[in-house]
Amino acid sequence: MAERAFKVSHLAGAASAALLLALSFGTLGAVVWRAEAGQALGPADWAAIRFTLLQASLSAALSVALAVPVARALARRNFPGRALLLTLLGAPFILPVIVAVLGLLAVFGRSGVLAIALGWLGLPPVQIYGLHGVVLGHVFFNLPLATRLILQAWLEIPAERFRLAASLGAGPGDIQRLLEWPMLRAVVPGAFLVIFLISMTSFAVALTLGGGPRGTTVELAIYQAFRFDFDLGHAALLAVVQFTLAGAAALVAFWVAVPGAIGAGLDRRVERWDSRTGALRAQDLAVLVAVTLFLALPLVMIAWRGAAGFVALPLGVYEAALRSVGVALVSAAICLVMSLSMALMIAQLRGRGAGRVIEGLGYVTIAASPLVIGTGLFIVIFPLADPVALALPITALVNAATSLPFALRVLVPAVQQVEAAHGRLADVLGMTGWARLRLFLIPRLRRPIGFSAGLAAALSMGDLGVIALFADPGSATLPLALYRLMAAYRMDQAAGAALLLLGLSLMLFWLFDRGGRIDADA
Amino acid sequence: MKYLTLAAGLLMAGGAMADTPVLTVYTYDSFVSEWGPGPAVEKAFEATCDCDLQFVGTGDGAALLARLKLEGARTKADVVLGLDTNLTADAAATGLFAPHGQAPKFDLPVAWNDPLFLPYDWGYFAFVYDKTKMKTVPGSLAELAASDAKIVIEDPRSSTPGLGLLMWVKMVKGDGAKALWTDLADNIVTVTKGWSEAYGMFLGGEADMVLSYTTSPAYHLIAEKDDSKAAAAFSDGHYMQIEVAGKIASSKHPELADKFLSFMESDAFQSIIPTTNWMYPAITPAGGLPKGFETLITPAKSLILPADEAAKLRDPALAEWLSALSK
Amino acid sequence: MLTLEGIRLTRGDFTLSADFQLAAGSRTAVIGPSGAGKSTLFDIIAGFAAPDTGRVLWQGRDLTRTAPAGRPMSLLFQDNNLFPHLSLYQNVALGISPALKLSDADKARVQQAITRAGLSGLEARKPGALSGGQQGRAALARALLSARPLVMLDEPFSALGPALKSDMLRLLEEVLEETGAAMLMITHSPEDALAIAPQTIVVTDGRVCPPAETRALLADPPPDLKAYLG
Repeated sequence: MAERAFKVSHLAGAASAALLLALSFGTLGAVVWRAEAGQALGPADWAAIRFTLLQASLSAALSVALAVPVARALARRNFPGRALLLTLLGAPFILPVIVAVLGLLAVFGRSGVLAIALGWLGLPPVQIYGLHGVVLGHVFFNLPLATRLILQAWLEIPAERFRLAASLGAGPGDIQRLLEWPMLRAVVPGAFLVIFLISMTSFAVALTLGGGPRGTTVELAIYQAFRFDFDLGHAALLAVVQFTLAGAAALVAFWVAVPGAIGAGLDRRVERWDSRTGALRAQDLAVLVAVTLFLALPLVMIAWRGAAGFVALPLGVYEAALRSVGVALVSAAICLVMSLSMALMIAQLRGRGAGRVIEGLGYVTIAASPLVIGTGLFIVIFPLADPVALALPITALVNAATSLPFALRVLVPAVQQVEAAHGRLADVLGMTGWARLRLFLIPRLRRPIGFSAGLAAALSMGDLGVIALFADPGSATLPLALYRLMAAYRMDQAAGAALLLLGLSLMLFWLFDRGGRIDADA
Repeated sequence: MKYLTLAAGLLMAGGAMADTPVLTVYTYDSFVSEWGPGPAVEKAFEATCDCDLQFVGTGDGAALLARLKLEGARTKADVVLGLDTNLTADAAATGLFAPHGQAPKFDLPVAWNDPLFLPYDWGYFAFVYDKTKMKTVPGSLAELAASDAKIVIEDPRSSTPGLGLLMWVKMVKGDGAKALWTDLADNIVTVTKGWSEAYGMFLGGEADMVLSYTTSPAYHLIAEKDDSKAAAAFSDGHYMQIEVAGKIASSKHPELADKFLSFMESDAFQSIIPTTNWMYPAITPAGGLPKGFETLITPAKSLILPADEAAKLRDPALAEWLSALSK
Repeated sequence: MLTLEGIRLTRGDFTLSADFQLAAGSRTAVIGPSGAGKSTLFDIIAGFAAPDTGRVLWQGRDLTRTAPAGRPMSLLFQDNNLFPHLSLYQNVALGISPALKLSDADKARVQQAITRAGLSGLEARKPGALSGGQQGRAALARALLSARPLVMLDEPFSALGPALKSDMLRLLEEVLEETGAAMLMITHSPEDALAIAPQTIVVTDGRVCPPAETRALLADPPPDLKAYLG
């Protein structure tokens, strides 16, 4: 609607985009400004770049490849507990890395459940450490996301088309060729890109499951430049490399179709006439059971190992939990304000260069190094204010920026849909500014808003983020308290804190997501 | 929430302007945690100093030094506590530290005469194992490398113990360090970002041994009444970690900083260390070490590189480590 | 009086040109094949599309750069005339205040319009709980309430059955009489045009013919229109 003569003010959207720019590139700029000339890229850096690209590509490819049968099974089957499964399958995505790694090892590790089961069969345990371990870890984190993206696209195929196909007597093969293949071609590249970017900045998973320095990613190289060599110039150079790789990948994303919303309407199920054969039922059942086991077993192990320590959690952990919930709520609010105003702006600038740039910015920030953001903020804030006193607000802000790309992916298509349906009506009635938001957009966007807020809150709960750099002894968040318990040998209590964290994150997500659905008119 | 926090920040700033002088001590995060020495130390010092002791925690020792470098001469720190001997040369080179001018008598296995930094605790790096699960325990680095024991170690690029092991191997093996790492490669299950991950994986059963401290079994014994953990004594000797504190030259409260440093060497501080930081106190308190510490192994040889030498060896040792383990 | 003065708008290989006037209080049907440019014409008048050249004037005032809400017209679309999340009452009341800030006098007027449209007792219902006819009536009640001097309708009754449609045309007529508004209605149905619009504009291939008398036009259609009517 380039011609639409009046618009909801672009100011908020532009301000949000500027804030995002400041947090990603501005912090990098601050580090560069503070740095002396650093070392050029050495052979070790090139090895890290190669490994990063390799593991991120494999992780994204495998996540997407596995997500296709899972999404298909979820799209064409209805069963009790389907909604619960969908929520639960979102859990790995919001777990703190260390919790997820220990959960994975409890299943796939040398003395994990799988090794014990194989032992009963007289087989040697699987070796998890190596490139395949890194990929396994990233698939665990990202398969749920890929499944959601693809499932959404599946459900957006109009039901009439399946009816038409059924009336023409199309079998599963024909349906795949006529309906599913074109949909996948549109959705898969975008899903691949998102997961590629997320996996790119991985550090602890890549190192730990990679089995050692072979698993050195660019992010670890940045870490080394900071703390081992204190070579800020080199760290900044590596951060530029990381942005460049992300930018190149994001450019590719503009060449291929990008999937729509992650959020709304997954409780719909397409009535299918082609998938009633026993073989296909068995296939879907097997896929769903396998993916449930794969994703839920580590969670069950986290709960199992945490149960004992959970009872004996010190008061300080609950205080930290409360603080984390507060930060998560503020962070979700900031994330919503920013993503909604940006989504409105993108919807209005649809197809124009500026809109695409802003949308692309949403991608590139996924590739921002948390360490560079934290250090950059520190450099900027230190001369002006006490970074420690600002620890919690900054954590909330950075967490909001971290979940913003995902909220944007939910909200942009939703805003476009809503504007397409009722935007002209609102225009003619003169609904502008706050009235338009309050009476039209927010009520119409309840579901995607609920989903984004839930995701942002849950991601913020699990994120150690910049708080570690700014930590105030009196204001630990739950992830930091968890690390502190581990550092004080209290591994059982740390496991209890991990369980608390998992429970709270899921609860926050569920509450927001649910809140967006209750009483929402179709 | 945000405003509450801001308001709290302002209140704190307001409090700092009141009459009681504030002594700001930068340290690593686990020192200030509820389960670390911080709270007890703060209480004990404030009882004597008529001041407000404020700890600021940042990551670990290396992150602490990085932060100090970022802040430079404008730092608000009066005292920095938590560097170790692998970092002191680098820290001294910043020129931010002032001589402490104190000469207490330390109970360290090695002589100490650094003019800028005072030790407050120390320990030996060691491989910790479970006595109930591991029957044949290697007695040296070479035996470990030759055995089929599975170990978890920390990455020297991101962790203090990881760097300690790097120095340990380099000091014992010299030019043979790379060969030892090559032999160790098949023992190493994985390398972790930090101590917590490694120790958590060891307790979770991922490895037979973990790189930690000779004092680690004391935690299990004293806090959990569990005597199954032990540190393997290596005939090569054990590399030491000595944790130190220093006074910032630009401190606005130099007397208070001196007072804190001498408090640090007193019984009140030193007796807190063993069961909160799980390290040896730099000066054994009058009451002796807590019961249970006597069960710990005492290395035959205490190894430590002088600070400047450690700084010089760091990069080549890391390069060896990387090339041996990246294959 | 609505004046379209030398309007041209090009989108790809489609060009719309229009040059005509509509008298105040007049009722005009717009008829023509799909894709001929009827909706683009509406977009230009309503302010959703800006012409490349030419001007849109109302009573001599240039509207070409005015936002849709600032123009003197009410619009009824084929569907989505009501917000699904707002009650019937709120949907109607938007005709007075787009922020739903209503004085007591406003509230009385809203109630009056709802009663006038035969919707009393349904005020609290959301559109999902209304029939198609009731939804149409609610939209007309809003047009009545906002009392703009031009009512534009884009195939408003195409989804309604014959009885409901004539019902709705009657209500539309009442609204127009009460407000004295002019009307411009896109329709596919010559009967609708005959029923309510004394004059008709034919749009074919991007060419907008000036208004002609509906009865005469339909009795002896030009070749383009003849082909469309079949």
